[in-house]
Amino acid sequence: MRLERRTERSAALTLLAPVGAVVAALILSGGLIALAGANVGQAYLAILDGAFGSRLAWTETLTRTAPLILTGLAAAIAFRAKVWNIGGEGQFYLGAITAAALGSQNWLHLPAPLLIVALMAAGAVAGMVLLLVPVALRLRFGVDEVVTTLLLNFVVLLFVSMMIEGPLKDPLAFGWPQSVPIVSEAELPKLAERSRLHVGLLVALLLAILLQIMQSKTVFGLESRSVGLNPEASRFAGIPLGATLLKVACLSGGLAGLAGVIEVLGVKGYVTTDLSPGYGYAGIIVAMLANLQPLGVAAAAVFAATMFVGSDSMSRALGVPSFIADVTVAFSLLTMLVALLLSSYRIRR
Amino acid sequence: MIASPQTADTTPTVLALEHITKRFGTFAANDDVSLTLRRGEIVALLGENGAGKTTLMNILFGHYMPDEGRVSVEGKELPLGRPKAAIAAGVGMVHQHFTLAPNLSVLDNVMTGTESLLSWRSDRKAARAKLASIAERFGLKAEPEALVADLSVGERQRVEILKALYNDARILILDEPTAVLTPAESDSLFQTLKVMAGEGLSIIFISHKLNEVMAAADRVLVLRAGKLVAERRATETSKEELAELMVGRRVARPVRQASEAGEIVAEAAGVDVVENGVRRLSDVCFLVSAGETLGIVGVSGNGQTTLAKLLSGLARPASGTLTILGQDAGQLDARDFVAIGVARIPEDRNSEGAIGDLSLWENTILERLRDPRFARHGFVREGAARQFTDGIVKRFDVRGGGPESRTRLLSGGNMQKLIFGRNLVETPKILLAAQPTRGLDEGAIAAVHGEILAARDAGAGVVLISEDLDEVLALSDRVQAIVGGRLSPPVSADGLDARKLGLMMSGEWEAAA
Repeated sequence: MRLERRTERSAALTLLAPVGAVVAALILSGGLIALAGANVGQAYLAILDGAFGSRLAWTETLTRTAPLILTGLAAAIAFRAKVWNIGGEGQFYLGAITAAALGSQNWLHLPAPLLIVALMAAGAVAGMVLLLVPVALRLRFGVDEVVTTLLLNFVVLLFVSMMIEGPLKDPLAFGWPQSVPIVSEAELPKLAERSRLHVGLLVALLLAILLQIMQSKTVFGLESRSVGLNPEASRFAGIPLGATLLKVACLSGGLAGLAGVIEVLGVKGYVTTDLSPGYGYAGIIVAMLANLQPLGVAAAAVFAATMFVGSDSMSRALGVPSFIADVTVAFSLLTMLVALLLSSYRIRR
Repeated sequence: MIASPQTADTTPTVLALEHITKRFGTFAANDDVSLTLRRGEIVALLGENGAGKTTLMNILFGHYMPDEGRVSVEGKELPLGRPKAAIAAGVGMVHQHFTLAPNLSVLDNVMTGTESLLSWRSDRKAARAKLASIAERFGLKAEPEALVADLSVGERQRVEILKALYNDARILILDEPTAVLTPAESDSLFQTLKVMAGEGLSIIFISHKLNEVMAAADRVLVLRAGKLVAERRATETSKEELAELMVGRRVARPVRQASEAGEIVAEAAGVDVVENGVRRLSDVCFLVSAGETLGIVGVSGNGQTTLAKLLSGLARPASGTLTILGQDAGQLDARDFVAIGVARIPEDRNSEGAIGDLSLWENTILERLRDPRFARHGFVREGAARQFTDGIVKRFDVRGGGPESRTRLLSGGNMQKLIFGRNLVETPKILLAAQPTRGLDEGAIAAVHGEILAARDAGAGVVLISEDLDEVLALSDRVQAIVGGRLSPPVSADGLDARKLGLMMSGEWEAAA
């Protein structure tokens, strides 16, 4: 048995790959659900019901979708240019703690919309800087950014821990380690009454559309794809390699930082060390599942959010541990990698 | 040199391929091909790129399953699709792209796969002795403890051959063995092959170069479009006949006509280039005039790559001045070069010339992204780019895809046509062609030479950097040799021959003059 490269990659196959991957992941997880002693069909229905069965359920799913879109975009943009940003989690937290610190008082007495935009920008810049350093190190000294961005996640998490136990600690939180809450003007407007759903979702969707256009229509999009596909040919064509990668790093880090900001301004109002249930890492899976296409990221983020939200209620109803959501999402990364392989190669005997 | 023995019809047949057919989809890569190989014989498998040579050898070695046909080695039928069975039967293959681990020593590479994974210890001493005796017998020098990463390309190929011999190969297949070698390394390879044939080994080598086929093979098999079209004894054929058989029609390389040199378009005065702290070019001086071709000839690794970079806008002079069309090149980047009218044909099509996973139209405008025709306000103008590409595809006869196709699908010759097209469609003032026909087949070489001459006749100053002496002699008006990063003084191409060029390439400039 051997693999042969397909000469033409069909559009249908490209679209089917993620669908097939998700189905395969669900089948694989089905085995584990059966092992836990539950009916597989019932379990998946319970997940769907838990994610969309009520107003509370679907608003909650969409609330979780928003940061996943942003961290997914961060990974997709970076991976397209072969900048291996595994540090989405760290950039998320640095963006969050920056917004929380600056938003704890309205220092400049800005009107609410301006304050929100300023906090978003500040958090995005924090994420940018956190990714610019590893990418600059790679360009200058050849340091592998997979290692540096991954390890920075732990550094940032410890830094956040230090801040919320120290200078930013909320004195009114009965000793819980959480940051001082943001002022009420900085809170993101809600999209639906009596829910946690906020305008961050619209911001994320808008960015997905803009980035899709950027990727496929602009000079920068073509340049960043070229640099990812073949750096030597890009240099020969006169594309500035370093500058392009640094711009990509700014975008990617900024998006992950922004995810942290909207989670603080839209949902919690303060930072704790469990603000993110792994949004940064899940973003990588979301990006892969979307085949690095920005609009696809939005769809893949809904899938991941569905699993995360739905599995909680499934767990309550059927007694299957809610960790099954993490397993399914992780499976979907593996099956997607196989699906991608099969969409560009065929198996020959 | 040891002459290979005459293989009389009485020598036993060691290998027979019978009626091999292999289809990829509806395309028949091999169509009812049969061939035999006798003991002690060197057979050349000649054909253009895509004729099915490599596919056939991959079937023999077990990498592919044929749809029809059988393979037998020394009278015994070989189970198909199993490389291990082929190795056990005494078939060894040296791939075009080496399969060595650069971080291991020569001995480790040779031993890989020969010992059981379950054995307690590896018998390096015996292995070393066996390797030494093989090396001795065939005159293949190799330092067993040297790291493969430190070896030159020619030496690596020797390790590949040793690896096959270590596995007791009696039939050796070499896929385009000279594609990566310098002329001197090629000569020494063919000498080795003749020694091995004299020792009773049978050899098939794949090639599309007529010179080496005539020089090294006893028998030549010509493949065209998957079919075996001819079989000739090397002593009873000519290069012209083989070329015609291979391409299927008469091909003649175009001939240079005298031309009038115009004004100076490029001038280098005392240019030094330093890359990563190493001085690659020293005190380089040359003049290029409109309507003439300057040939730069040299053995590979003498600074050609850096010279090509300098003239492509990828490297800048550390000292001295390079003037391109009246502008100081130290102030220009690669895109400026393109914008002011320098056409650049890179040394390596696949790694520098084009990006395989981008479409044809994206590749044609990649070096013109500052050109307002193709990009405005940060947006790519796809319509204009497609039209531009469509024009190139039609005018330069690029086959195998339209503007939307992925560039990876093009054959080497068609990719080179695309690269020439995007450069020449705008009537450049300077054409830099670095190793423009490396790895191309006869038909494509003739087309490329035609384009270079046409550009020169249209008034471009051409710089041709090449290791192919015939090419340099055929196309150049003046020639300079490059040796150790220095350029010889220019010599007129009239009255120049391969012997004088050889002297120049070895640095004996005065002797050649």
